[in-house]
Amino acid sequence: MGTTQSGILHGRLPLAEYEANFSDLHPPLDKHEALVAADRCYFCHDAPCMTACPTSIDIPLFIRQIATGNPIGSAKTIFDQNILGGMCARVCPTETLCEQACVRNTAEERPVEIGRLQRYSTDVAMKENKQFYTRAAASGRRIAVVGAGPAGLACAHRLAVKGHDVVVYDAREKSGGLNEYGIAAYKTLDDFAQKEVEYVLSVGGIEVRHGQALGRDFSLADLTEQYDAVFLGLGLAGVNALRIEGENAEGVEDAVDFIAALRQSKTKVDIPVGRRVVVLGGGMTAIDAAVQAKLLGAEEVTICYRRGKEHMNASEFEQDLAASKGVTIRHWLQPKRIAVKDGKVAGIELEYTTLQDGKLTTTGETGIIAAEQIFKAIGQTFQASGLGALQMESGRIVVDAEGRTSLAKVWAGGDCVLGGEDLTVSAVAMGRDSAESINQAFAADAPLASAVA
Amino acid sequence: MADLRNNFVGIKSPNPFWLASAPPTDKAYNVERAFKAGWGGVVWKTLGEEGPPVVNVNGPRYGAIWGADRRLLGLNNIELITDRDLYVNLREMKQVKMNWPDRALIASIMVPCEENAWKAILPLVEETGADGIELNFGCPHGMSERGMGSAVGQVPEYIEMVVRWCKQYTRMPVITKLTPNITDIRKPARAAKAGGTDAVSLINTINSITSVNLDTFSPEPSIDGRGSHGGYCGPAVKPIALNMVAEIARDPETYGLPISGIGGITTWRDAAEFLALGAGNVQVCTAAMTYGFKIVQEMITGLSDWMDAKGHRTLDDICGRAVPNVTDWQYLNLNYVAKAKIDQDACIKCGRCHIACEDTSHQAITQFVNGVRHFEVIEEECIGCNLCVNVCPVENCITMEPLAAGTLDKRTGKPVDPNYANWTTHPNNPMARQAAE
Repeated sequence: MGTTQSGILHGRLPLAEYEANFSDLHPPLDKHEALVAADRCYFCHDAPCMTACPTSIDIPLFIRQIATGNPIGSAKTIFDQNILGGMCARVCPTETLCEQACVRNTAEERPVEIGRLQRYSTDVAMKENKQFYTRAAASGRRIAVVGAGPAGLACAHRLAVKGHDVVVYDAREKSGGLNEYGIAAYKTLDDFAQKEVEYVLSVGGIEVRHGQALGRDFSLADLTEQYDAVFLGLGLAGVNALRIEGENAEGVEDAVDFIAALRQSKTKVDIPVGRRVVVLGGGMTAIDAAVQAKLLGAEEVTICYRRGKEHMNASEFEQDLAASKGVTIRHWLQPKRIAVKDGKVAGIELEYTTLQDGKLTTTGETGIIAAEQIFKAIGQTFQASGLGALQMESGRIVVDAEGRTSLAKVWAGGDCVLGGEDLTVSAVAMGRDSAESINQAFAADAPLASAVA
Repeated sequence: MADLRNNFVGIKSPNPFWLASAPPTDKAYNVERAFKAGWGGVVWKTLGEEGPPVVNVNGPRYGAIWGADRRLLGLNNIELITDRDLYVNLREMKQVKMNWPDRALIASIMVPCEENAWKAILPLVEETGADGIELNFGCPHGMSERGMGSAVGQVPEYIEMVVRWCKQYTRMPVITKLTPNITDIRKPARAAKAGGTDAVSLINTINSITSVNLDTFSPEPSIDGRGSHGGYCGPAVKPIALNMVAEIARDPETYGLPISGIGGITTWRDAAEFLALGAGNVQVCTAAMTYGFKIVQEMITGLSDWMDAKGHRTLDDICGRAVPNVTDWQYLNLNYVAKAKIDQDACIKCGRCHIACEDTSHQAITQFVNGVRHFEVIEEECIGCNLCVNVCPVENCITMEPLAAGTLDKRTGKPVDPNYANWTTHPNNPMARQAAE
């Protein structure tokens, strides 16, 4: 087969090549490497890395615990703030978060490898199935969590620890949300997302119901009626459309579906890819799709983004990663028309763009890139029904600092809320904080036992 | 180009770097390699009396502590004196000295505290052509339990007695090696001088337990589940050694007594510091055991380049230069005022100076200025203690800046007094008051 045969084909590469291509992007540190890396941490006071972490993990402490031979204690430091610390260690864009803030950058332009160190200790603890949390005495409260993604899982775990019973509803077959369906395969290997879900759920008191979609199988009103509180961690189910000629041709696909299919495939041999692929967009999704298309054996992969390099949502590291895999990134190009032949994609016509007085306009010049597969990665949208009178703004749920929505008993967090950051770690923080807020609301409601004792 | 040639009590070597009596100098093979690498001299591993040699343990002999990145900071050992036959050692020493006539070869000796024992071994050593002898009065483990090593070094009268025998029975220069496992290092040094020693060398190793195995609760190094104190050496002991060298160098009773400086010397800089505090040359062991004999090349070039840069031509130009500046606390100038200063361009904002000062000192470094993370010295609070300098991970980022006489010390609200004044005349000193009355 190889990389040069036309069409959208699977099995372009020998089996061993798939395995090599989809191996760990950041291989785990062994014990010696972890000790060497940990020794570089200065144990800063009020550390900038900690401030930069959306979940405020005590990074200097967990690294010092690694350095002193206590990876289990280190893992607890991480999980206390972020129960999905294992996944965050793999997928966080650390180069724009903790590692960007590391003071080592100032003197040496090389931060402490915080992400890989976090992976080291969480791996040790999870491999030993070390459980750090026991549930508080049963409160008798029941909470519904909608969405078993990072926000929902973090919320459910914290609530369960507080002694509440949680039922998690998720529309898909597996838990994990984007951790399971939305991250490049080379960032999370060996079914880690499912292992992590099991690890989180093993605290007890959390029931997950799959195949249950809000608006189809139940409404928000049903939940508020049946439960003491509701947390919405719905994520973004919709995908933006191009709204151009030829969009429905065979070969035009959503990047998120491609990424999800890759994650669900064990060997990747069964995932078809075009010889020439164009990815439209400038975020992480575009990079994930483009890089993986290349790794599947596409001969030519081009990312087309309608603005400049400096406007791309994908981090510098991700852009470099794409370049290193042979992906071409082109800027200032906006899709105009998809060329179709016999119902199938043959190429895409793009218009050059420019900024005029801060506004994006087209120059009138166009060009055509031949392609047999086009991935749309131009953003996702919040798409849900059955939410009743829940206040929305710019297509997202409005919440306060604690995650409270406009409706009583309803909290929300993750990508579906206004101000959501499209980051696993931010979703975890919001889920966790909502759980704390829910718990406090219960405490405020509860009659004081001591008053009658 | 600086002249590194060394003449220590008449013993000549091309440079002042000798290998100390220790495992690296136990046999000809090692010593030949050391000379090839450039060492100026060796003190052969300690010889015992004629007869069946001592035996060593057959398990681990060394324990250690480490710093960041597993840099070895301190090493301890429970090895005894040479466990090879006396005549094998003597034969090899003679051959090596013939092969390397320009290098110093010293024999370290430890025999029972009896006149005849010393009288018997000295001619045998002399016959090898060795340049001198070093009396091992320092070994703190094993041999000390048999009345030798530090058991002698801890009793000044014994030191004087044995040194006297040696001076009586050999023409070779006598270097007396001192143990630091003693309260006042000046006492054994004075005794050695009284006995007529040509020089002292110090320090030998320090009694120590490096660690405890928390699974077996055995001290390390563990021999079948049990451990014994061993002799501690390496970079960690350097400050202790420097002080002891300085104490002897500035003691009126031992002033001018040649000193061979030993204790944690790892770089040329360490060596230069020993020389400045009065050592006539230096002996090295742990650095060689950690990095191999090649380490001497860094020491030689480093010392030479520094001397060139500073205009020092020979070792005599630097030996003892720091001795006059070592004094007792009571003579330190209490009118000297220094304040910490943080170079904002070099600062990486780790905050360690702030938290050290805030938690454990004088609350004299900011964390935020106008809401921005910014570390700056509050001169009104800074007492000039130097802790921030020591905890800062960036060299020269924080410096201690002396206040010129007459400038206002914002902490006291008074101008800096230009006059030297110390504790002996301070009004708060009850002794000073008595003198005044």
